[in-house]
Amino acid sequence: MTSQHDRTGTRIGMWLFLYTEIILFGGLFVLYAVYFHEYSAAFAENGKELNRVIGAFNTILLLVSSFTVAASLTAIRRQAKRLCLLLLAASLLCGSVFLVNKYFEWGHKFAVGIYPNSPLLASAPPGKNIFFGLYYVITGLHGLHVIIGMSLLALCLVLVHRDRITAHRFTILENSGLYWHLVDLIWIFVFPLFYLIL
Amino acid sequence: MSTTPSFFETPSPAGQSGLKAWLLTHDHKRLGLMYLWAVLFWFAIAVTIGFLIRIELMTMGRTIMSAGVYNSAFTLHGVIMIFLFVIPGLPAIFGNFFLPIQLGTDDVFFPRLNLLSWYLYILGGILAIISLFTAGGFPDTGWTFYVPFSIGTKHNVSLTVFAAFVLGMSSMLTGLNFITTVHRKRSPNMGWMQIPLFTWSLYATAWVQLLATPVISITLLLVIAERFLNIGLFDPNRGGDPILYQHLFWMYSHPAVYVMILPGMGVISEIIPTFARKAIFGYRAIVYSSLAIAIAGSLVWAHHMFVSGMSDTAVFVFSLLTFLVAIPSAVKVFSWVSTLYKASIEMTPPLLYGLVFIYLFSVGGLTGLVLGAAGTNIHVHDTHFVVAHFHFTMFGGTGFAFFAALHYWWPKMFGIMYDFRRAYIAATLATVGFLFHYVPMFILGLMGMPRRYYDYLPQFSRGNGLAAVGGILLFSGILLMLINLLLSFRKRVKAPSNPWGGCTLEWSVPSPPPLHNFLREPRIKDYPYDFSEQLKSPPAA
Repeated sequence: MTSQHDRTGTRIGMWLFLYTEIILFGGLFVLYAVYFHEYSAAFAENGKELNRVIGAFNTILLLVSSFTVAASLTAIRRQAKRLCLLLLAASLLCGSVFLVNKYFEWGHKFAVGIYPNSPLLASAPPGKNIFFGLYYVITGLHGLHVIIGMSLLALCLVLVHRDRITAHRFTILENSGLYWHLVDLIWIFVFPLFYLIL
Repeated sequence: MSTTPSFFETPSPAGQSGLKAWLLTHDHKRLGLMYLWAVLFWFAIAVTIGFLIRIELMTMGRTIMSAGVYNSAFTLHGVIMIFLFVIPGLPAIFGNFFLPIQLGTDDVFFPRLNLLSWYLYILGGILAIISLFTAGGFPDTGWTFYVPFSIGTKHNVSLTVFAAFVLGMSSMLTGLNFITTVHRKRSPNMGWMQIPLFTWSLYATAWVQLLATPVISITLLLVIAERFLNIGLFDPNRGGDPILYQHLFWMYSHPAVYVMILPGMGVISEIIPTFARKAIFGYRAIVYSSLAIAIAGSLVWAHHMFVSGMSDTAVFVFSLLTFLVAIPSAVKVFSWVSTLYKASIEMTPPLLYGLVFIYLFSVGGLTGLVLGAAGTNIHVHDTHFVVAHFHFTMFGGTGFAFFAALHYWWPKMFGIMYDFRRAYIAATLATVGFLFHYVPMFILGLMGMPRRYYDYLPQFSRGNGLAAVGGILLFSGILLMLINLLLSFRKRVKAPSNPWGGCTLEWSVPSPPPLHNFLREPRIKDYPYDFSEQLKSPPAA
């Protein structure tokens, strides 16, 4: 990003940016904390309505994709362009499957009448409305971040293919990778907060 | 004077001539000037709206606008002033222009990101304009967008809130850029305790911007989500808690007032030593107090909510923390005054604005303690007292620091000098008008006049009449000041490279600076406010 190739500086900038993303979700986690305190029983009860199998599968998908992204960076640094492309494609695949799963999860909930402002939720006890309200807001915002992260990875894929990202110039890939890890990390927190409440 | 072409005159690369040389520039100085014009545009609009609000309140009942328009007007005034003037004003204009120069480098760390921030700023402004004329018109919620009203009102809250979101992003990226610049692009010979105080204050500000802005981003997104999807996260009928909105909002918006005031304090810390011809008193104390304000200021948000419903313990803690913030602020005021003590003071327009700042800010700060104390707060909560306090700090503080910065750095940015006589008259007019405008509002607030009301009882009419007179004086003072600055482009009296005898790095380069700021490697002084050379050879002016 800079003409001087001060890689440390670029990385500082990226980390600062990631920090703002954490705070962005932090606001939502504050809401979660307060409402969990208020409606802990309702949260535990409604958490069971979410499909833990799909949730766990999605978690594994994101963890694998984080690995492939990290490996793609090592690959390009070792000048293994083909491997790097392959690993990036694998990450994109994981991301897409994650979104497809999310689509089916949401779709199922919609089908049983659980969606923001639905008649069912409007007449449900307050804890249930808040739980699913937060569920949609947080997973929705996270899904948006998955899409942004995938766009970045797709861009990197193209750049690697065109030899614009090489063993000596990989800052974009590195930073996109950092972003992807962040998306992954946030999910690591989101997953237990909604799927694994006891 | 050097014959090197200034950054205005340096030919642009091929394909980037005329307007493109500005719109596609990565040069921090050009971006600073582009911010200057954009910010001044919004400032002029918001000042005019503020003036009209004041005129409306001059007499009881309807004076010039209906109650509906009044509600939108004070919202518009607040939103523009906060998000388009006060927050970006000092960092985006003067920070962009002078931070790299004061650090002895040629640009910020991410020049392209800097350009993006400018475009985000402009986009935010355009969205705000569009929201004026579409679906329902500009919001009537006040700049705080409190729920449930902001979710229920028919006015176009969504778009305005989104505009604020975009502007927040712009301010955040500027902060990110500044932090990285200070860390990575500082001249290798410059240690942390050799950084000029304006840059120090920007550094502290940048951290607050980065720390707090995402919270408002998510809060504003939630307001939009509520308006479109009606989730009920803040709706008590459906399990939500409206107080939580206030917490989230102030978690950003209170630190934001330090984003607004800290750079202003930085400007004053530059101006006072320059015209006192004396090393600033307590350099380290000022640096640490900036950092202390940045940290402590982030922990006091709930003092806006003493009447919203909170436990007594929370009220006590937030009240105490609020009092603690007063200490570093007082340290700064003490240092400025001590710098002036026994100094050979040279009076100039920037110094006059600086002195007015110290006075107005002190009054604003002390009345802040009245509001920070839970007992008195409940008496004056949501009255004109709050409005007066806020304007004393934000307008008398940041606003006057902004004027001081304009007058201090104008010759450096454009290489021309303005008329002193008119500048003094304007400053005096604005100050007298300011006091007439806001002092009666303190008294009105103590008498119980609520803020944001369209109409008032007969016992409040004298105070409001006086305030209107003050408003007229203030408005004409500012107008005269701006006209005076603009007239300098017609007369074009050339300014020398160091008209004030300042000793930070920006005064060691030609006015306006050349494209890469420095013609040779800048010499970093052991101590940034060492005036021994300036005292040996006083400036020509």
